[in-house]
Amino acid sequence: MSLITPDFGLLFWMVLIFGIVFFLLAKFGFPMITGMVDERSKRIEDSIAKAREAEQKLSELAEEQAGLIEQTRLEQGRLLREVAQSREQIIAQAKADAEAEAAKVLEDARAKIAEERENAVRDIRRQVSMISVEVAEKLVRKELSDEAGQLELLDKLVDEASRNHMS
Amino acid sequence: MKRLLLILLGMLLPLFAGAQEEVVPEDAEQAVEAPALDMQEYLFGHIGDAYEWHITTVNGKPVSIPLPVIVHSKATGWHCFSSRHLEGGESYECFRMAGKGEKHEGKIVEEVGGGEVVRPLDISITKNVLGLMINSLILVLLVLGAARWYRRHDAREEAPRGFTGIMEMMVCMVEDDIIKDCIGPDYKRYSPYLLTAFFFIFINNLMGIVPFFPGGANVTGNIAITLVLALCTFFAVNLFGNKHYWKEILWPDVPIFLKAFPLMPVIEIIGMFTKPFSLMVRLFANILAGHCMILGVVAVVFLTAKMGVAMNAGLSVVAVVIGVFMDVLELLVAFLQAYVFTMLSSVFIGLSRQKPETE
Repeated sequence: MSLITPDFGLLFWMVLIFGIVFFLLAKFGFPMITGMVDERSKRIEDSIAKAREAEQKLSELAEEQAGLIEQTRLEQGRLLREVAQSREQIIAQAKADAEAEAAKVLEDARAKIAEERENAVRDIRRQVSMISVEVAEKLVRKELSDEAGQLELLDKLVDEASRNHMS
Repeated sequence: MKRLLLILLGMLLPLFAGAQEEVVPEDAEQAVEAPALDMQEYLFGHIGDAYEWHITTVNGKPVSIPLPVIVHSKATGWHCFSSRHLEGGESYECFRMAGKGEKHEGKIVEEVGGGEVVRPLDISITKNVLGLMINSLILVLLVLGAARWYRRHDAREEAPRGFTGIMEMMVCMVEDDIIKDCIGPDYKRYSPYLLTAFFFIFINNLMGIVPFFPGGANVTGNIAITLVLALCTFFAVNLFGNKHYWKEILWPDVPIFLKAFPLMPVIEIIGMFTKPFSLMVRLFANILAGHCMILGVVAVVFLTAKMGVAMNAGLSVVAVVIGVFMDVLELLVAFLQAYVFTMLSSVFIGLSRQKPETE
């Protein structure tokens, strides 16, 4: 049976052709394809790893951001409190200052008023005394027109003066 | 529904045409020479090898592609001529085709003196060799064509589409599903051979199903082809087998009485040869049987030609339907056998690379 006896010629050609095909495909064909596919799958793996890393970084960043916001809020609260405090302080200070100033102004005004009044009293007193002197003059002049009256007045004055001196 | 029918019809037509083309010549030939279809000649004409590529027969004259005959005679040295010179049993440069009933039937023999014939060293480009060459060329073009894409593109940035995508898918399927799983970590060394074997067998199987010229040669259904493939696997297994593999063959861990009577090494050594032998026979027999089945089914059309029109028409329809089924089945077998050959080769190689079990 020629079916199950391998023919030499065909064997020869098969070895030759299969050898050539194997050489060509094993050198230029399959390693190229499988190598590239491997490279691609490696790259995909790398990309996935990188993406995961980036995601993690992102979540870290978000956390950091949240932390920062929290910190900022705390800072803001603290600042607000401080500001409120200092404002109250300033207001209190200002109030105190204003009171002191007002007191001082009032004092000054009072002193001035006192002075003015004294001056006015002094003026009045002088004028009154001048007017009194004038009145006295006039009175004296009239009294001295008669002799008896002059002596009487003189006595009266001396009396008075001596009384003033003795008391 | 209408569309489905149309598609079915479209699928049927080329097959039908192919089947017709395949067998009509025989019918015509038989009609001229003998009334009945010579089943054996019909079968062997298709599955066997030949010095010419028979395409069709027109009006009793065979139309075929003559192929070069290359023979080496011990007496007269190398001869190379067209097989056209040997048509009809003619003798050329002392060579002729051995006729029916002779010792080397259907082969080229050399007439030495005294009516004696000897078989010369024959490396003619026969039908199978030409088919092998064409299929190999197709295979190389397909794979190198796909590889070219990778040379021109940065495969890390983009994935191929279309033809290259299909090739990549198949290569990856074979490598990931068969080679990596069966061989283990050092699969890279064997992967080119196994991939080559897979695609070689697959392309040759597929081309064997095509009924007209560039295909139709029964390449993987020829034992010489499968013998070489099996030998390659045999060498791949045994040349790179590790220490553990050889120890398992020559001095396996068996009970003491089996060591005294070394039965296991004998069995293992026989096993070394039966494994590739089974590979060889499996592929050969499957493809051969597939071809025979399709040819047999198609032959029904011509065998029933004498039984009247109604019978012939009815059985022809049945034969065509079964023929379509067989053709589709053969498509599956073409893939399956390539897959099985590759997988078993990988398993055998994997066994030869096994690390000893640590307990």
